Amino acid sequence: MLQRLPHLLGIETLSREQIEFFLDQAKPFQEFHKHPLKKLATLRGKTVAIAFFESSTRTRISFTTAASRLGADTMALQAEASSLKKGESLIDTVRTLDAMKPDAIVMRHSSSGAPHFVAERLDIPVLNAGDGTHEHPTQALLDALTIRDRKGKLEGLNVTILGDILHSRVARSNIHLLTKFGARITLCGPPMWMPPDVATLGPCVRRVLRIEEAVDGADVVMALRVQTERLHEPALPPDEYIAGYQLTPERLRRARPDALVLHPGPMIRGLEIDSAVADGPQSCVLEQVTNGLAVRMALLYHLVGGPPADAPHPAKD
Amino acid sequence: MRIVEKRQLLSAEELGRTLQRMAHEIAEKSGGAKDLALVGVRRRGAPLSQRLAKSIKGFAHVEVPVGTLDITLYRDDLSTVGAQPVVQSTDIDFPVDNRDLVIVDDVLYTGRTIRAAMNGLFDLGRPRRIRLCVLIDRGHRELPIEASFIGKTVQTSETEIVEVRLQEIDGEERVMLVDRVADTAGAGSGGKI
Repeated sequence: MLQRLPHLLGIETLSREQIEFFLDQAKPFQEFHKHPLKKLATLRGKTVAIAFFESSTRTRISFTTAASRLGADTMALQAEASSLKKGESLIDTVRTLDAMKPDAIVMRHSSSGAPHFVAERLDIPVLNAGDGTHEHPTQALLDALTIRDRKGKLEGLNVTILGDILHSRVARSNIHLLTKFGARITLCGPPMWMPPDVATLGPCVRRVLRIEEAVDGADVVMALRVQTERLHEPALPPDEYIAGYQLTPERLRRARPDALVLHPGPMIRGLEIDSAVADGPQSCVLEQVTNGLAVRMALLYHLVGGPPADAPHPAKD
Repeated sequence: MRIVEKRQLLSAEELGRTLQRMAHEIAEKSGGAKDLALVGVRRRGAPLSQRLAKSIKGFAHVEVPVGTLDITLYRDDLSTVGAQPVVQSTDIDFPVDNRDLVIVDDVLYTGRTIRAAMNGLFDLGRPRRIRLCVLIDRGHRELPIEASFIGKTVQTSETEIVEVRLQEIDGEERVMLVDRVADTAGAGSGGKI
C-alpha cells in the first residue's frame, strides 16, 4: 500500500514505485470499461471541479467522464465562458470554485506551475491536467499504460518522440516517466523546437537530426501535435515540416516491425502524421484515449476516495 | 491491540471435508449445474471457489465456470476506513446474464461485503439467481442477507475475529477464532467490512 498523494502535479517528483502503483491501479478500471453498466457509486456525494483555463476537448471530457463513472458530480469552468475574460485573477477564480466545496480540482492552465500555485493555497487535492510547457502527468501515465500493455514492460525500450519537444508538456512528462524505467529516448524535430540541452532532460535522452535515423529500431514512436500557432515563431512552412518530420509509412518501416505508434491528440493528419500511419495496425491512438479514462479513474479514486487527508483514523470493526 | 488465539474452529482436514460437503450441496441444489457459475470474493473467496469447482468436477464431471470479484469499488465504508483500500481486478470472463450464480466468501459477518458483491455482479448483467456460500457464518448481520450454503456456524462476540488461513494465500490451512485484547490504545486497520 502506497502513502496517499496529496496532489498530482507532475511526473518528475513521483517515484518509480508510485508510477507503477498507478499503472497497476488503472487495470481494474480498464476492465470496468468492458462492463455493460459503466457507472459506479464509489465517489457518490463527492464533487470534482474541472477548471480548464485553456481550451481542451479530450482531456476535459476524459476527466469529466472518469469522475462521473465513479459516481462523483462535476462542476466545470471553461476559459471561454468564464470571468477570466473579465479580468479576474487565477487565485480569485480558484477560491470562488473552492468556496462551492468541491472535493478536488482538476486544472489546466497555460502558465507552467499554475497548479502548484493553487495546490499551495487550497486544502483539496489538485490534479494537473496540463500546465503551460511544464507537465501533463495523466497523459504520460496513459501513454505508459498503453506501452506496458502492448510491450509487457517499459524497461529498456527505445522510444522516439517527434516534433515540437520544446513546447510540449506531453514530451516532458513522458521523458520524466520513461527514463525512470530505463527507457532510451530519442528526440527529433526542427532545431528551434529542441530544448537547448537535451542531455539534462534525463539519463539516456539523445537528439537525432534526421527522422530516418531517429525512428531506426524504435519500439515506440510518438508523434506530437504541431501547434500551428507556433509555426510563425520563427517561420516554418508546413511543407518543410512534412518533408522533414512527418511520420509516414515509409519512415515507420525503419522502426521495429512491432513498433507502436502513439499520438496524444488532437492529430493533424497530413501534417505530423500520415493518415496511413494514424489508421494503421501499429497505431494505438484510440487505445490511448480509452486508457486515459482508466488512468484518470484510478487517480480520482486515489485522491478523492477514502477519508479526508486530515481525518483521524477511526478504530474500525 | 493484541491478537490472541482463542480456539481452532476447523483443522485442515475438517476444512477439506466441509468444502467437499458444500460442493455436493451446491451441485445437488443446482439441478445438474447447467447454468451454474461460482464467483469468489477477493481475497479468500477466490481460492475457495476454485476448490469447490474442482470438487464438483471430480464427482459430477461438470466444468463449472469460476470468476473472481473485487468489491473495493462497491464498499460503503470508503470514507471511514483508515487506509484506502487498493482496487484489485475483477475476473469474470463468462456472461452473468441468466446464470445461476453462487457467491463464495470465507466469512459471513455484517453482510455488507455480500451487498457490495451483489452490486458488482449487477453491473455485469442480470443473473437468474444469486445464492451465497460461506465457509463460516459468524452472525452479527447488519443487512437482511443469509447464506444458502454454510460450512460452519459459529457464535462470536463483536470483538472476536474469525481468521481463515488458506494454503494458496497464507501458506497454512486452518480456521481460528481470535480475539483482540486492548493493551495500548491503537488505531485499527481498515479491515473487512
